[in-house]
Amino acid sequence: MIYFEKVMKRYGEDAPALEDITLSIAPKEFVSIVGHSGAGKTTLLKLLLAEEKPTAGSVFFESVNVNDLPSSALHRYRRKIGTVFQDFRLIPNKTAYENIAFAMEAAGRTDEEIASDVPYILDLVDLGGKANSFPDQLSGGEKQRVGIGRAIVNQPDIVVADEPTGNLDPINTYEVVQILKKINELGTTVIITTHNKGVVDSVGRRVITVDRGRIVRDDMQGQYVL
Amino acid sequence: MMNLDWMMFRRMCVAGAKSFARSGVVSFATVLIMTVTLSIITGLIFLSGLLSFTLSTIEHKVDVSVYFVTSAAEPDILALQSQIEKLPEVASVTYTSRDQALADFRQRHATDQLTLQALDELGGNPLGASLSITAKDPSQYESIVNFLGSGSALSQGSASIIDRINYDQNKAVIDRITAAIGAAEKAGMIVVLLFALASVIIAFATIRLAIYTARDEISVMRLVGASNAYIRGPFIVEGVISGAIAALITLLIFYPATWYAAGATASWLGGFDFFAYYRTYFALIFVVILGSGVVLGALASFLAVRRYLRI
Repeated sequence: MIYFEKVMKRYGEDAPALEDITLSIAPKEFVSIVGHSGAGKTTLLKLLLAEEKPTAGSVFFESVNVNDLPSSALHRYRRKIGTVFQDFRLIPNKTAYENIAFAMEAAGRTDEEIASDVPYILDLVDLGGKANSFPDQLSGGEKQRVGIGRAIVNQPDIVVADEPTGNLDPINTYEVVQILKKINELGTTVIITTHNKGVVDSVGRRVITVDRGRIVRDDMQGQYVL
Repeated sequence: MMNLDWMMFRRMCVAGAKSFARSGVVSFATVLIMTVTLSIITGLIFLSGLLSFTLSTIEHKVDVSVYFVTSAAEPDILALQSQIEKLPEVASVTYTSRDQALADFRQRHATDQLTLQALDELGGNPLGASLSITAKDPSQYESIVNFLGSGSALSQGSASIIDRINYDQNKAVIDRITAAIGAAEKAGMIVVLLFALASVIIAFATIRLAIYTARDEISVMRLVGASNAYIRGPFIVEGVISGAIAALITLLIFYPATWYAAGATASWLGGFDFFAYYRTYFALIFVVILGSGVVLGALASFLAVRRYLRI
């Protein structure tokens, strides 16, 4: 499904942020990417999201080289990937309902589909009563659940979460991890980056460890080891 | 496809309107700055009107007089007047008969007994009739005078009926006024363009700043799969709404403002009436100001968003 082939990414004259990365991720996997700050985890996700282009090597998604996609086709490619951010990145002047609906509207889904699916997603992330709340009226955990709702509402092939629990307390962290596990159980590939040992250990699935831009460990039933 | 395009267009309009309403202070500041910008542009329209009015008034004060010999027959003079009136350069021709010239002279010198006595001693009417010619443009007097001097203006070659033409005496003044009007028009145009450009730049900067605050929002929109057009649309709608509201506020402000200005300035602007000008040209001003507001808002938003869509 996803294949990184000898990928290298360098910013300017600095040492490579990623070097000699070759990895494949199969459908329905739950992959945790762990590593110190600056190890290259976020760069890996940016390459997958086509926010950045590799300096060398290729990134394939369903046999399509992501680097070859013209900029006019990127938005269609990104609709196949649901993205969750550490800092939530909700649109501040839209309600929880509208933030989730925005992803469907942008994908050209009909008003009927939006009216049917968004309340379902809000219930799924346990925010049925907060549909009309604006982001600044929500707690961190609630914001992240809106972010997850927005990521999954178009039923993407993959959900990518960059430090999804980085700004959350333990209770909200637990809830977010449970939601991500549930999404994965329903058949969606989930890729997360995290520093949180508890998250990785509670997921108990494949763990890829990145250190100074290189993959140093890839363990199918891994634990958090640094 | 048509339905999908319409649906997306409707969504962009709704999203833009909602965002405008919810952005509170940012929307207020944008409308305020655009109102100032459009007020400057409206003020420049009035300034341009005042300049045209003033120049036109000066132009109409310039004329060339043709004086006829006392023996010239009135039908010959009137025939010449008719020929001159047919020239495309001529705005008006006024005939003053010998009797009228004498009456005017007496009137002008009513307090000068010595002159009146001398006139009486001469006996009869020593003054000839005259034609006062006003050109559409001061630069055209020369060609009118050339026409008079060519002889083609006079029937049967009777050039002797013209005593003199005061063009040569007035030429220096006419040339100076022509040059001054040309310079004033150019200077006025430059001032108008500079002020308009400055105000447009300020409005652009304000909208750019408003969109700068939404740059993270734009990056998220891109990452959730929104096309560039779908991201840009609501911002353009917001710009259009800001511009349209600012235009309407400007037009409303200028109604009482011109009414007040007309009363306060009527005595020293040589008869230029701001309020009458506003009412006479309201349709044109409405279209220019509303159009400027809408185009300015849309274009500034388009350009401001574009820089955040380049990834």
